[in-house]
Formats: sequence, C-alpha cells, structure tokens
Amino acid sequence: MCDQTFLAITFGPCDNCSQNKPLMNIYLKNEPINYCSLCVELMACQGLAKGETIHTLKTESETLKAKLEEERAKLHDVELHQVAEKIEALGQFVMKTRRTLKGHGNKVLCMDWCRDKRRIVSSSQDGKVIVWDAYTTNKEHAVTMPCTWVMACAYAPSGCAVACGGLDNKCSVYPLSLDKNENLAAKKKSVAMHTNYLSSCSFTNSDMQILTSSGDGTCALWDVESGQLLQSFHGHSADVLSLNLAPSETGNTFVSGGCDKKANVWDMRSGQNVQSFETHESDINCVKYYPSGDAFATGSDDATCRLYDLRADREVAIYSKESIIFGASSVDFSLSGRLLFAGYNDYTINVWDVLKGTRVAILFGHENRVSSVRVSPDGTAFCSGSWDSTLRVSVRFRFSGESDLRNILYSMVLLFTGIRDYRW
Amino acid sequence: MTIRSDRDHGQRYRPRMSCLKKLEATVLQMQDPSTGVKGTDQKLNITIIPHVITGQDIVAWITKNMNIDNDEAQAFGTMLVAFGYIYPLQDHKKLVLRPDGSLNRFQTPYFWPVQKWKAEDTDYGIYLAKRNIRKKGVLDAYEQEEYNKLHKWMNHKWDFIVMQAKEQYHAGKARQKADRVVFDCQERAYWIVHRPPVSGWQNAMDYGLDRHIDPNVEEIIYTQQAVMRSRVKSSVSLGALAKYITTFKNHDPFLIPCLPSNPWHTDDDSYWELNAVEIPTKMRVERWSFSFYELLNDPRGRADFKIFLKKEFSGENLAFWEAAEELKWGTAASMSEKAEQIFKTFLAPGAPRWINIDGRTMGLTVKGLEHPHRYVLDGAQTHIFMLMKKDTFYRYLKSPVYKEIQKKAISPAPHNFSNRRPSIDPIITWQKEQEEKAKAAAAAGPVDIKKLMASKLDRK
Repeated sequence: MCDQTFLAITFGPCDNCSQNKPLMNIYLKNEPINYCSLCVELMACQGLAKGETIHTLKTESETLKAKLEEERAKLHDVELHQVAEKIEALGQFVMKTRRTLKGHGNKVLCMDWCRDKRRIVSSSQDGKVIVWDAYTTNKEHAVTMPCTWVMACAYAPSGCAVACGGLDNKCSVYPLSLDKNENLAAKKKSVAMHTNYLSSCSFTNSDMQILTSSGDGTCALWDVESGQLLQSFHGHSADVLSLNLAPSETGNTFVSGGCDKKANVWDMRSGQNVQSFETHESDINCVKYYPSGDAFATGSDDATCRLYDLRADREVAIYSKESIIFGASSVDFSLSGRLLFAGYNDYTINVWDVLKGTRVAILFGHENRVSSVRVSPDGTAFCSGSWDSTLRVSVRFRFSGESDLRNILYSMVLLFTGIRDYRW
Repeated sequence: MTIRSDRDHGQRYRPRMSCLKKLEATVLQMQDPSTGVKGTDQKLNITIIPHVITGQDIVAWITKNMNIDNDEAQAFGTMLVAFGYIYPLQDHKKLVLRPDGSLNRFQTPYFWPVQKWKAEDTDYGIYLAKRNIRKKGVLDAYEQEEYNKLHKWMNHKWDFIVMQAKEQYHAGKARQKADRVVFDCQERAYWIVHRPPVSGWQNAMDYGLDRHIDPNVEEIIYTQQAVMRSRVKSSVSLGALAKYITTFKNHDPFLIPCLPSNPWHTDDDSYWELNAVEIPTKMRVERWSFSFYELLNDPRGRADFKIFLKKEFSGENLAFWEAAEELKWGTAASMSEKAEQIFKTFLAPGAPRWINIDGRTMGLTVKGLEHPHRYVLDGAQTHIFMLMKKDTFYRYLKSPVYKEIQKKAISPAPHNFSNRRPSIDPIITWQKEQEEKAKAAAAAGPVDIKKLMASKLDRK
C-alpha cells in the first residue's frame, strides 16, 4: 500500500491532520506525502486508501446509520403504550422474600435456575460455585474454582452438570454426582478458551453445547465433549458482558450485549450478526429475550432498561425514572412477559410493567449491588443474587382482588384453633 | 478480533460517572440555602459545628423533591452516604442513612468521588501517619493493620510519608479549632468511604472488573446490509407482543395466583408434584393449545401428541423432527453416525419411516448428507415442522385425543398447607429417562421375525 523508497524526517504541518509535528516523508502510489507519525500509523492500521481519513470513514458511517434509522422509522406507526391502552392496568404489587440463601463468603456474581424449578447454581468472587436446593435451602454441591471472579455460571438442561468460568478465561463443565463425598473438581472438563475473562455462559438446548461471551469482545459456541470451537461471533468492539438464547421453536439465534453500547443478534449457524441496536448511552450489562422470542430487553449502566422489537427492528420502550440513577445490572421477564424484573447497582430491584412502561414495585433488602436476577422456569418466583453475598428468592404476596375476607377468615381460624403452622 | 487495548484509565468512574454527576446535581440542590435541607449549628464540647442536618430532614426533602415515597427516599439517601456525599457524625463507620434525628453533614466537594484523582495508598498512609502523630493509639484495629501493611509495602517511601504527615499536622494546628474539627470529620469520612472497615459489603467504591473499549471500529458494510433488511410495521409486531401477554396472562404466577398454591409462598410443593404425574392439570392442558412450540416443549404434551399421531399413522414426522434436533444439539463426535442413521430411517427411498417432503428439499438434504454437518437437516426439519404446525397441530386440537385429556385434567383447589419436602434429584430423573429411552428404542426397532419365531419354537 505504501511505497517507502526513502524516509526523511522533517518538521511542519501534516498533510492529513494539519498539526505541526515531526513528519515522515513517504511515497504513496508514487506520490510524495507528508504525514505525521500518528497519521501514518492510523492509515496503516485502518487500511485507508489515499484520500480517506478517519474523518471520511466516520462521516460515511454516520450517514449510513442515519439512513438506517430513517428506514426503521418509516414503518413505525404506533407506540407501545398506545397498544397497551386497551389492556387493563396491574393492581398493587407487594413482594416478599421467602428464602435467603447464605453461604457464599463473598460477592455473588451470577446465578441460574435448574429446569426442575427449585435448584439453583450460584458463583461468587472468591471462586466458589454452590448448587442449592432453594426450596429447602440446602446446599447440595460445592466446587472451588481455581480462579476468582467467577462471573458466569449455568445449569445444564438435564440438571446433571453445571458450567462456570471467570478470570481464568475458560468455561469449565462439572458433571454433578449423587455421591456427596466425590470431589467434583476431579471430573472437571475445560471447554471454552478465550483471551480475556468469561462474562457469561449458557447451555443450548442440550448438555452438549455451550455458548460463551468474553471480555475479549467475542462470543463462541463450543462442543462440550471435545472442547472444539464450533462457531465464533465477531462484531463487538468492546467487552461482551451478557448473552441470551432465543426461546423460539427454531432456536437458532441469540442476542449479546457489550460495553460498546450495542446489542447484537447473531445466527448460530453462520456466525453472522443479523441485527444490531445501539441506543443505549452506556455499557449494556444484561440482555434477555421476551418469552415469545420476538423481542428482548436490556439493562444498562445508563440507569435505563430498554425493550427492542426484532420484527419491527427498533427500540420500542424505555424503562427509566428520574429517581433511578444507578445502572441496571440484570433483567428478566416474568412468564407471560408482562413484568420485567431489573436489579440495580443501588441495591434495589425494580419491577416494570412492560406494556405500560410504569414501575409496579420496588424491592429493598439487599445490602450491596444486585448482580443477578432470574425468574424461575415456571415463573413462580424470582431469585436475586447480590454483592452482599446472599441470594434471595421472592414471590408476589397478597394479590389485590384476593379478598381480605379470606385473610380475616384464616386469622379467625388461627385464633380459635391455635394452629401455629400457618404460613403467610 | 482482539480489541486493541485502549486502556481506559478512568475505569474507576467511567461507567458510573454519569450516575455520579446526577447525584452531584441533586446534592447541589440539597445544599441550596433557601430550597435545600435546613441545617443547624451543633454544639460539640466547646466547639460549634456549623450546618448539621438530621437524617429525617434529608429523607423528607428527598421524598418531596423527587416525588418518591419514604422507603425509596431512604434508599436514595443511603446511596448518598455510601458514595460519600453526606457523612454521619455519630456512628460514622456505618454508611447508611438513618431516618431519625441522627446528625449528618454534607461532604466538601474536594472529597467528592467525581473528582478525577484516585484515593491512593500513599495518601492513606499519610492520613494514618498523621493521626498516629497526633495521638498514639488512636487508630482502630483495622486501621492499625492497614498501617502496618502500608509500612511494609511502602517502606522505601516511608520517610516521605512521615514528612508529609508532619507537614499536614502542623498546617492543621495553625487553623482555628472549629475549622480543624470540621476538616478532621470530613477527612475521616472520606477515608471510611474509600477504605471501608469491613471489606466486602459496604464498599460503594468497588466497581468490579475493568472493562476495555476500542473506539476506532467502523462497520460500513454491515450497516449497508441492515438498511436493506425487511421490517414489519410496529402495530403488527407490538400487537403480537401484547397478544402473547394476554394469552399467557392466566398462567403467570406473578399476575394470577397459581393453584393450588405457590410453593415458595406456602411451602407446599403440590404445584410441582401435580405436574409430575399422569393426569395433568387443566391449566397445563390449556397451555398446549397456545402454540405448537408450547405443546412440544412440555414432555407430557409431546407424549399426548404422539398418541394422536400414532392414530393418524403419521408419527414419522415428529420422529424425524426429534432426530434432527438431536443431531443439531448433539455432540460433535456422533454427528456422522447420527446423520447416517437418520438417512437410513427417514430419507432413503424405501426407508421404513419415509417422510414426505418436496423434491427440491429432499435433493438438497441428500446432497448435504454426503458431507454431514450439524445443520445439514435444517431445511427438511423446518419444512416438516411447518407442516406439523400448520396442519397436524390444529387437527390435534380438534381431535378426540385432546378432548379426552381436557376432560380428564384436574383443577386443583387452592389451599395453604405447609409441606416443605426435598425432591428427587434431577440426576436420578435423567438416568431414569435415559433408561426408558433405551427401552423404547429397542422396542421400536424393526422386529426380527426369525428371532421371534425361534423364541416361539424354543418355548414349544
């Protein structure tokens, strides 16, 4: 590209950036040009042709992006809250924590539910990964990883293994055993290898494939048994913090969100970036699909959660409030998709009405950042993991419309019969 | 592509900077002499500390000016304390806002976390040394520990540190008593925030891991493709989202209480037990009718669908779909073997369970099977799936099989009895399932007439 027949150092205004700097006199396609060393390096790295500068490429990119927004806006004929007008509002919400799982010695960074709807796997900063039966609050298995900051953990669909990873840049699968004395670390299988920390991992529809995202800016699909890389996904320009598989019948796509403020939708078969959304103002911490697979929600450091519609190819709702100024670290939908649970860095969990865009409840109780919020597979409860080293399972308490008469009746029963084993 | 590491040295505040700026704006409002929080002068021994505010005043101001209720205002206030904008005078080590008469003060902007300089260990060393000079033995246990640690690590700088501490101590002595007391409080509060006593929970300064960004990437080709993409009208897609919610509304335990009761609420797991037995609940059966995907996803539903297909003699479609799923999600080593098996069973001319797909798809699939890969059956699988979804599924919903199960399904009554039981480990369930699958596969295989006759003869 650049034909350097001789190199001389002079001082003066650069042909490219017009600043007074030491210049390199180089020949480009037989024409002499004087660029400063910074511009030369940029030109070499960016693969610019002559006449192109960072600025021209940027302007071209900006124009195209503006055109994309224009195209997207053409079919936008109604807002979400208008569609929601016909739907009745939600009643009053009172949430209650029903289980508190204590046992981690340090920040809980991630958690996942088992498909049996009661078991949970959680990982923490000190390298411990614990499998709990959250219903009885018993710890069933515990593994100590050889690294700290285990930011990703996932339960296998069969319930027979867990995957976890973090600062070791790897994702390891541990088959669980019924024998309580067995050392789980002995059967560990190293599956994924990245060049930076592992931020999130997820099994696909079976125990035999894992999807991972990493701080090296890529996502990858791996075969568990052989550790072979099946497909890699490039397109983010910063750390990828979260990913989520589509729940649709075709099950071939997933969405990822990263520090470049972008949420990308990928085709698992080809490795192509199918759709991309960039409306957040700061890092995207978490992405989650809507239960039907036609939309997804994101939680970001700009203190908002947003809903993106895949078929309309645009952002359709922003969930924010002036009093919420700290980033959302984790989001999840309820079973019907009507509620969005979001955990924030100001130690609270806010519950949003997805259609109307209003907040229906706020939960306090954690003493540090909420790092992970997941709704159970049958939608009966949600679990929140926090940097205060606890996990809490919470449910909706006392539905409005449920008559207070019933409550009064039960209290009277208690009074007259003295039964103490009644739980609210 | 690896990111060219433009290491962001402002990591400690980059993701939070915008949040902290907003907090800062609120704090400035709170300090407004006319509309802000009312402060009084507090007498402490012989000195008077100016502009002291009570916890309840702060909470009241936040509630009024930010239009939120008391609990949220208190949480917000705690954030202000945790980040060091307000510091408590009594019980200064616990960084929460108490909504009572306890006394607090605003921190001076010099010590605000939005400032660009980091709380260095050297500064902490100077601070601890200074306090040591003033009065020996005044350091807390954790501070003493930190002091010893720093003394060891920064031994080469220690003379400098002690010198700086002495200078600051003398400079402080030259100030007026009231100012000195105030500054001491402020500095102490600053270090509680940046070097908290109990490592772990209450450190709001902790931000996790550093994140990298590469600001120089352009994606022109991708954007060009994105412009060409086909889209759907908002009214259509948003309408579909709303419809999904309405359809599943009664099945969402957060919207309608589930029957008999929410296991987490009443500690009674009948809700889970009921769904694990032969006769499903009415809600579950209703859910199968929402979409083909729901039917297939529920193992009980899939089994019921199989019974229907058996009656229609079209079971091979679902069997092919299941086999293709296994191929797609299976382990890489078994790929070619599985592909061959599927070809022999479903696709080869004259195969025992030959599926009916159009010639073009069949041709492409067979060609692809010469070099089998994970997604080789995708075309055929989609075709069969669509066939089942658009035709067979609706016939199933109208069929006597479905109607029968709807009649049999039970509707449990709500109750509240406690029954916190342990459950069967999923590993055991999985093993049982695998055993049953193996048995079914053996039973479903083509019957070997010779063996059957041989065994019959033997018995004679």
